[in-house]
Amino acid sequence: MITMRGVEKGFGQQEVLRGVDLEIPPGQLTTIIGPSGEGKSVLLKHMIGLLKPDRGEVWVDGVEISRLRGPSLDKVRKRFAMLFQSAALFDSMNVFDNVAFPLREKRLASESKVPRMVNDMLERVGLGEMGHKFPAELSGGMKKRAGLARALVVGPEIILFDEPTTGLDPLMARTIHNLIRSMHQVFGFTAIMVSHQVPDIFPISDWVAMLKHGKIIAMARSRDFQGLTDPVVREFVLAGEMPGPSSVEGPGQN
Amino acid sequence: MKVLIYIGSSTLSLLEEIGRMFLFLLQAIAWIFRPPFRPARILNQLYFIGFKTTFVVTLTAIFTGMVLALQGYYSLRKFGAEGLLGSAVALGMIRELGPVLGSLMVTARSGSAMTAEIGIMRITEQIDAMETMAVNPIQYLIAPKIVAGVMAVPLLVAIFDIVGIFGGYLVGVKLLGVSSGSFWSSIESEVGWSDVYGGFLKSISFGLIVTWVCCYKGFYTEMSAEGLGKATTQGVVLSSVLILVWDYFLTSVLL
Repeated sequence: MITMRGVEKGFGQQEVLRGVDLEIPPGQLTTIIGPSGEGKSVLLKHMIGLLKPDRGEVWVDGVEISRLRGPSLDKVRKRFAMLFQSAALFDSMNVFDNVAFPLREKRLASESKVPRMVNDMLERVGLGEMGHKFPAELSGGMKKRAGLARALVVGPEIILFDEPTTGLDPLMARTIHNLIRSMHQVFGFTAIMVSHQVPDIFPISDWVAMLKHGKIIAMARSRDFQGLTDPVVREFVLAGEMPGPSSVEGPGQN
Repeated sequence: MKVLIYIGSSTLSLLEEIGRMFLFLLQAIAWIFRPPFRPARILNQLYFIGFKTTFVVTLTAIFTGMVLALQGYYSLRKFGAEGLLGSAVALGMIRELGPVLGSLMVTARSGSAMTAEIGIMRITEQIDAMETMAVNPIQYLIAPKIVAGVMAVPLLVAIFDIVGIFGGYLVGVKLLGVSSGSFWSSIESEVGWSDVYGGFLKSISFGLIVTWVCCYKGFYTEMSAEGLGKATTQGVVLSSVLILVWDYFLTSVLL
């Protein structure tokens, strides 16, 4: 289980996290929602030790990771994988080598087994024929799939998803959400996803938490979250459910 | 009062930056000697820093040697010592111009590219991705570049020296009519091992300076396109200035 206690983080004069208390249930898909610029990605990066809190603690299965460095932190990180907002594929490598990278660098598989493992994972995410392509040749959705394959190939216990559908069209966003959900069901990892894609995240999430003003202001099972009466939560959820301006007919549009 | 605060905070920032730069170098050097070793990445960087810079180094060297011969001939003729042109060109190239200009060319060609490459990896979260995979980015990205820089720059400087002397020969012997025998014999009699050793030592330290400074600037770039542009400029300017400053101190010790 990942537990955050009183996590505070600031950058210069700007306070981003102001005492986050959060418990992530193991084996479940938890989504953290909230307005842009509230520090959702910052929160996620604390869970894997990419950022250190100014105050507070981050526990991963009984290990306080916020003060760990070097090999002890690497030991914890080996249980994690992360899908970044931009997919963060290595430009200089093709898709195959990107997916093979953690296997080779962590020596998780012998070189003879790597092609089978990589190709199998690429098939699963629908990129079976794309191994030879470079990131610059892929669409946004394909990059996310390749990033997902790279995250899954090491068989992690915990995967962090940093706004995995940002920049994608609604159809592709739904495809990526469904892919995450199905992979979660197949592999059973603990998933923590940061998103503001309301209401799309409700059907795929087990738990939903909301970050606002640097704190977790609500957390509930996904099916219950939309029924919460907190006015800030209601406003955010309803704003996501409302039709966009393009569907509203303006004067003279007839 | 505001001026004092400004001076104080600027001094603290500068000291912090210097400290961080040295820590970065120490970490990179420490990671060179820790497994896993990646010889393929070092070879790749040798190709990038060394082989791909050969053309520009050769071009610069030949013209440097040519102009050195022209200027040397003009000065030596006043004393009737044209016969020493070969040693004047060779000593100038081996002791000073080869290491300094060769390293400045490496800075311009490869140093700027290193800063940009690492900076883009930082901005697009590729370095963060590496860390999440428990792969140390300083060991994976920086250490091979530093090893390759320290190996490639002396080799490039050797090419610079040879091509530069040949350029001096073309102008001095073929164009200005200095005797070929006196050109080469003056080199043989005047250039000693200590001259070659000094130039070699300089080129190793310059190779370290270029890769260290340029990698550091890329690694800690600001997270914007403007910030990356600034980091690249700073990397090239700071490397060039440090090469010239270090050259003075090293020369004063070696003389």
